[in-house]
Amino acid sequence: MTDISLQLQEQVKAAAADKRALHIVGGGSKAFMSREVEGEQQTLSLAEHKGVISYHPVELVLTARAGTPLSELDAVLAEHNQMLSFEPPRFTDASTLGGTLACNLSGPGRPWWGSVRDQVLGVRLINGLGEHLRFGGQVMKNVAGYDVSRLQAGAMGTLGVITEVSLKVLPRPSDTRTLVFESSLDEALSMMNQRAAEPKPLSAACWQDGRLYLRLSGAHAAVSATAGYWGGEVLNEADRFWQQLRDQQLAFFTEEGARPLWRFSINPTAHLPALDGRWLVDWAGAQRWYRGEADMAEMARIASAAGGQVSLFRGGDRSGEVMHAQPEALRQLQRNIKQAFDPEGLFNPGRLYSWM
Amino acid sequence: MSQAEANRGQVDREALARRFRAFIDPAYVISDDETLKPYECDGLSVYCEMPMLVVLPETVEQAQQVLRICHAEGIPVVARGAGTGLCAGAMPHPEGVVLSMAKFNRILEIDPLARAARVQPGVRNLAISEAAAVHGLYYGPDPSSQIACTIGGNVAENSGGVHCLKYGLTVHNLLSVELLTVEGERLSIGSEGLDSCGADLLALLTGSEGLLGVVTEVRIKLLPKPEVAQVVMAGFDSVQTAGDAVGAIIAEGIIPGGLEMMDSHAIVAAEAFAKAGYPVDAQALLLCEVDGTEEEVQEHIEAVENLFRRLGATSVRTSHSEEERARLWQGRKSAFPAVGRISPDYYCMDGTIPRSQLAHVLTEMDKMSEACGLRVANVFHAGDGNLHPLILFDANVPGELEKTEAFGARILELCVDVGGCITGEHGVGVEKIRQMPKQFNEQELSQFHRIKAAFDPAGTLNPGKGVPTLRQCQEYRSLDMNIEPNAGAQAQHEGRCRHD
Ligand SMILES: Cc1cc2nc3c(=O)[nH]c(=O)nc-3n(C[C@H](O)[C@H](O)[C@H](O)COP(=O)(O)OP(=O)(O)OC[C@H]3O[C@@H](n4cnc5c(N)ncnc54)[C@H](O)[C@@H]3O)c2cc1C
Ligand SMILES: Cc1cc2nc3c(=O)[nH]c(=O)nc-3n(C[C@H](O)[C@H](O)[C@H](O)COP(=O)(O)OP(=O)(O)OC[C@H]3O[C@@H](n4cnc5c(N)ncnc54)[C@H](O)[C@@H]3O)c2cc1C
Repeated sequence: MTDISLQLQEQVKAAAADKRALHIVGGGSKAFMSREVEGEQQTLSLAEHKGVISYHPVELVLTARAGTPLSELDAVLAEHNQMLSFEPPRFTDASTLGGTLACNLSGPGRPWWGSVRDQVLGVRLINGLGEHLRFGGQVMKNVAGYDVSRLQAGAMGTLGVITEVSLKVLPRPSDTRTLVFESSLDEALSMMNQRAAEPKPLSAACWQDGRLYLRLSGAHAAVSATAGYWGGEVLNEADRFWQQLRDQQLAFFTEEGARPLWRFSINPTAHLPALDGRWLVDWAGAQRWYRGEADMAEMARIASAAGGQVSLFRGGDRSGEVMHAQPEALRQLQRNIKQAFDPEGLFNPGRLYSWM
Repeated sequence: MSQAEANRGQVDREALARRFRAFIDPAYVISDDETLKPYECDGLSVYCEMPMLVVLPETVEQAQQVLRICHAEGIPVVARGAGTGLCAGAMPHPEGVVLSMAKFNRILEIDPLARAARVQPGVRNLAISEAAAVHGLYYGPDPSSQIACTIGGNVAENSGGVHCLKYGLTVHNLLSVELLTVEGERLSIGSEGLDSCGADLLALLTGSEGLLGVVTEVRIKLLPKPEVAQVVMAGFDSVQTAGDAVGAIIAEGIIPGGLEMMDSHAIVAAEAFAKAGYPVDAQALLLCEVDGTEEEVQEHIEAVENLFRRLGATSVRTSHSEEERARLWQGRKSAFPAVGRISPDYYCMDGTIPRSQLAHVLTEMDKMSEACGLRVANVFHAGDGNLHPLILFDANVPGELEKTEAFGARILELCVDVGGCITGEHGVGVEKIRQMPKQFNEQELSQFHRIKAAFDPAGTLNPGKGVPTLRQCQEYRSLDMNIEPNAGAQAQHEGRCRHD
């Protein structure tokens, strides 16, 4: 429960004065996601900057310091039967709120309940000039000024140090049930998308190893009735399955430890070419995981053809690019935006893209 | 001095029109005052300005060419959708070109399986839902202006609607945009997936009020149309109890499709206009719509009715047919024109507050209303705390508009003081630029200016909107300190319309 923002601000100012690069670390649980960089980068740790600042269950709004571990938020919210609706992955117990926003990571419920980016209402941020700024707020609707809060999602700390985050939280669904169906990948893709187009309380849709998993969440009567219409086999210990999917603890993620993990974010209906490795489908088709050795350029071609993008999420060659290649005009724009926040290039240089 | 400033007033209107007519249908390059006149303002007609030219390109290439020419010459460009905006965001620049996107009115693709639509920016919001209806799908955000406003304008303002508590604002329902930069360069931002690599530029563009680029294509999500929707109407004898009831519904774990509140002035006006059957003696009225599967709606409607009764509602009524539901909503939906009938003019404000502050804010507002002698009616997106005070005034009474604006400004400042913001969905534009320094300090405003410069270093896209210059801030601050309360309107805006 400490506020070390003044200290963080001093560290940034000192780094700016000496033109030293900083590596922002929340809990470090997602360090594998970034590129490997050469040379020294001093660590700027948010781990001590933690604690819930305010929580109004009736307003559905929570504000916490960026270094607050997700587990702490879970506990506070559970007391009021509420939740972080974007189901952020807890890769380790150390996963923090700031790191979750910086990486824009959301779990299986994301297509229905929104992503971390969707639920963010406001942030405080230290920019590369060492200024501690506040954007957005603690209310649901706010269109004054540019949306700097949501811009941070996916920036991986390259635009500043997030010190505080305000979020919309949601009530926990009163009932939930998971249905399982034997199915090929192709059948599952059309089934998931068809089900997602029905006005039913679907809240997750995943395929792996010849089985389609559909999760229903909501009012008890609605869940039971829908389960009745859709059939399938009811999965026992379903919460555990979705938690393991969320935190990448299913065998798909943990076996064959050395094989690279690729993430495709694409048109949910796209059929991808057969490759040598294995696939896991989440988000009703909009997020696909692939385990296998592959060439970034080739994977990017496949993702582009499917209307989306790819990243090398874990493992593989992390000295090259790990994010989908961007056209030159977009690269220039992103460099300009980086310049607008961090003119000296202090924050996480080279961790997102080699060129930034 | 920027290129734009250097060239200001030096561009020959007819010469420029001739250049545009070389590649745009000459009928769509407007240079005569009579035809230009309808473009002088948006939905907030107290601010107007005649543009130098209006162009209505029909292809992206033409729009690109317009931008290239304007960029080379330092000419301001103001993008325009349907002109329903309520912050003078689309008000023209006197030495600039209005780039109307009205001809970009085609729905390019509806993909029912992927639940997405690809549309041009000039497509009307409601037209998308109408086209998607055959597939049992619709587009979520539903501003009250949805018959007229365009999706391009919605992206630029991050528009919301009655249903955004449950289904989100524009930013939550967008997948990608095609954008022209101020130089006329074409960019594609976002994807057919749910996110993209790197910082979220799509979110940055949403709500950027036409200051960062011109949207030429939009891909949006479509949602399955709920099986059923029912609305519960409840009257209360105090605003406080009604406000508590809103909190109690949320605490119950129910997220209604829509949750609206009206105060007694708005109830009376709406009932007189729409005859919806509202309890005219109530101090506050709640409309709570629950949607979903039949089973879910049944379960939740019962819970909501019970809750309202338990919390002391003076009347509770639930719709039992689509017709009845439409009638109950009719009053709320026509609240603006209804208020228009009880007063020669009204001015619609748009602040957001934490819901718990509602009773306090309304009480304070009543005090201000009394002090300045102007009536105010309130309609409120209660679920998400977005307040629309409608100030009643008469523009023909000298000084009354200025008094109204000063009152409005104080309401917005009150919203900030209780932890809210100066605009929930209408945008800053020209109108609320004076209140920006109340919500943001100079370092924050400078950060906004640096973001703008990352896209548009010369500042020719929609200049003078959204973010005040630091010089303006200093002027506002010193002015605001020197003037007595309620007389804050000496600072006449250049764009003030004269209604003679
Ligand atoms: C060398 C080292 C080894 C560790 N090994 C282990 C281990 O084996 N097991 C274990 O359980 N724990 C380990 N930890 C602890 C663990 O790193 C922390 O708990 C971790 O910091 C959790 O942070 P995170 O997962 O939220 O995000 P991180 O992984 O810290 O960060 C993810 C990305 O977000 C950025 N970011 C994070 N926070 C912010 C912010 N506030 N503002 C802007 N950008 C931000 C980062 O720069 C990075 O790009 C280790 C820590 C270190 C330093
Ligand atoms: C009766 C009434 C009710 C309303 N109700 C609501 C409501 O419930 N919720 C709500 O949110 N709003 C509401 N509004 C406000 C308004 O309808 C919205 O702001 C709407 O999104 C504006 O769309 P438009 O096409 O009319 O845009 P315009 O007014 O033409 O333009 C608005 C802004 O968008 C920019 N712009 C327009 N098109 C583009 C483009 N293609 N690329 C880049 N920039 C562009 C303009 O430069 C301007 O800054 C209401 C307005 C009225 C008159």
